[in-house]
Amino acid sequence: MNQTWIILGATSSMARAFARRVADDGATVLLAGRDMDDLKRTAADLVARGAKAEAIAFDARKPAGFGTIVTRAGREEGQINAAVFVGSMPEQSAIDADPSLIDGTVTDSFTGPAQLLQMLAPLMEDRGCGTIVGVGSVAGDRGRIGNYVYGAAKAGFATYLSGLRNRLTRVGGHVVTVKPGFVDTAMTWGIEGMFLVASPDKVAADILKAVEKRRNVIYTPFFWRYIMLIIRHIPEAIFKKMSI
Amino acid sequence: MRWKQTDYTGWGRVLRASGPVARPERLSTLTATLAARLAPAFGNRRSYGDACLNNDGAALDMTRMDRIIGFDATTGVVEVEAGITIGALAKVFAPRGWLPSVMPGTGFATVGGCIAQDVHGKNHHNDGSFGQHVLSVTLLNGDKKTVATPDRNKAVFRATMGGIGQTGVIASAKLQLKPIVGDVMMVTERRADGWDEHLALLDGSQATYSVGWIDATATGAALGRGIVEEAELAAGLVPKPKPSKTVPLDAPKFALSSPVVKLFNTAYFRRVPASGRSVVKPIDDFFFPLDKIHDWNRLYGKRGFYQFQNVVPLDAADRLREMVEMIAGSGLASPLAVLKRMGTGRAGHMSFPMEGFTLAVDFPARAEAAELIAMLEDMTVDAGGRLYLAKDALATGPAIKAMYPEHAEWVTAVNKADPDHAMETDMVRRLNLRSAT
Ligand SMILES: Cc1cc2nc3c(=O)[nH]c(=O)nc-3n(C[C@H](O)[C@H](O)[C@H](O)COP(=O)(O)OP(=O)(O)OC[C@H]3O[C@@H](n4cnc5c(N)ncnc54)[C@H](O)[C@@H]3O)c2cc1C
Repeated sequence: MNQTWIILGATSSMARAFARRVADDGATVLLAGRDMDDLKRTAADLVARGAKAEAIAFDARKPAGFGTIVTRAGREEGQINAAVFVGSMPEQSAIDADPSLIDGTVTDSFTGPAQLLQMLAPLMEDRGCGTIVGVGSVAGDRGRIGNYVYGAAKAGFATYLSGLRNRLTRVGGHVVTVKPGFVDTAMTWGIEGMFLVASPDKVAADILKAVEKRRNVIYTPFFWRYIMLIIRHIPEAIFKKMSI
Repeated sequence: MRWKQTDYTGWGRVLRASGPVARPERLSTLTATLAARLAPAFGNRRSYGDACLNNDGAALDMTRMDRIIGFDATTGVVEVEAGITIGALAKVFAPRGWLPSVMPGTGFATVGGCIAQDVHGKNHHNDGSFGQHVLSVTLLNGDKKTVATPDRNKAVFRATMGGIGQTGVIASAKLQLKPIVGDVMMVTERRADGWDEHLALLDGSQATYSVGWIDATATGAALGRGIVEEAELAAGLVPKPKPSKTVPLDAPKFALSSPVVKLFNTAYFRRVPASGRSVVKPIDDFFFPLDKIHDWNRLYGKRGFYQFQNVVPLDAADRLREMVEMIAGSGLASPLAVLKRMGTGRAGHMSFPMEGFTLAVDFPARAEAAELIAMLEDMTVDAGGRLYLAKDALATGPAIKAMYPEHAEWVTAVNKADPDHAMETDMVRRLNLRSAT
């Protein structure tokens, strides 16, 4: 069946790697994000590699534009899928200084993409198929002093995805929640304390495998499941004094 | 863009640098980064010495700028961001009938690095150097953008081909790919029992691609023996290459000691039957044989290694023989040694190629090797030849300037393109290359 992937936040290196992989498999790719010049370059890259690809404007904070994306996707035949790579992580100290930054963080990392997915769900129900990949973060598994607003937004997103999975499974669709650990991207470049950093392409490969196997929740690289298992089980009385 | 304090090296791992490195993923970030702070760029640091190092200064890692931004399937003209690798281009386009016109011996070299060293491949005697297939480059100097082609901004274009990054950061380039009949290699391997036969086979070869592996440990009658490979592209099917392996650790010192290398080389030589043989190989296996072992440079241990590469004019072949004799006598060479017939093709003032024979030999980094290389450098100047900046870690400025007759013109062009000397690297400082004298 014809496959179309909407990729939200397609300027990130993880999204780029994922786009290349689905394009290689023959999917049509709609690259959505804010930096149109950059998206056009990625689209050109995929087209030169023999795929069908197009850049389309998406700003998580401007829901007025969401309809266009859903309509555009609907024009493609076959299965419509979406992968969400958006999110923003201001320094916690910046948020402490200006709490109004919370709104933007939550919109970028959770409510913006969730609104769009909400609009897309009926299309998937209609066609009786479709996969959604939601990229969250291990930061959503437990609130930590270093980035708890971002973590809270990603936790909300994870809960949302779980509900959406519940809904779409009934009609033949599927939702994969992805929790990457540290990935070697522009976001982590030069930040102190990074360890076991994975390449964006490795993460993209893991995601695709999870899509094929219809996994529900994956950690990538896989060992983060165990790291987070431990972190989640630290009693709150102890955790509250830790700074990890 | 964040800067990351990084320790890094060239491929030989002898020369090291430390400094803030930025790794932009988008053009807008690259432009903004450069507008705030000018810095030289590097690719995958497959240059052996210090061409890709800027100790204490800042540097840009271009490897995430790796997209194809345009392709015309009728003409084979492709436009790419400078960080894309030659291997990636070959992988994408070979199945569709196109290949980079020139490919160096590693698929990890980026297009920016190939331009900045004006690299050559196994088809140099036919197709010339990399820069001769570059149709245009887009250079960034701070907030200034220059598009240079062989006809427009000519001087900058020439100074950029083989110009070790001194005219500015190459953001993107247009390349002419070459049409191919198929994506497998028909390779004929022949033994050359000694120096004269080796040169004669290389000289007489009519093949599109040719290269000689030389046993740099053989002495006496066997001096200069090796295996000459000649190859043509063909249509056909070959099994998929095996997945690559990684060298996980720095190897101990004895791994490349003289007796081990001698044994290895003899076995490697005898692998090809005396009567020769023809084999079919995937493109990568023929062009990038060493890429199958990731981080193979660690085989030389943590002290690293040098590669000596020179080229001498055809009529100085005897001088090259003397050098091979010295190398073989020293017992310092590693198995990685290559002899090749070069044509005349070159695209820039500082391009390495000249018509003649080029010799490349790896040596573990030891004081004796450095001394030997210093002698080989003198002998090369004397023979009217030159050293390759992509490999050099030891040469002196006056020697290099004597080898490159167009150096002064290059200096004029780069000092105009980069008046603040913001693109200078460790190599440029070591050899004082930005000054004509
Ligand atoms: C196994 C092996 C085999 C090789 N075989 C060959 C061969 O057959 N023929 C040959 O000619 N060479 C060969 N080389 C050398 C190699 O092709 C060159 O060193 C090439 O420049 C490496 O590309 P890179 O992307 O790693 O560049 P780097 O080594 O990172 O940089 C090389 C130079 O290019 C500049 N540069 C890189 N990117 C940019 C940019 N975007 N803008 C401006 N300047 C830039 C750097 O400042 C530096 O001066 C070989 C190297 C290895 C390791």
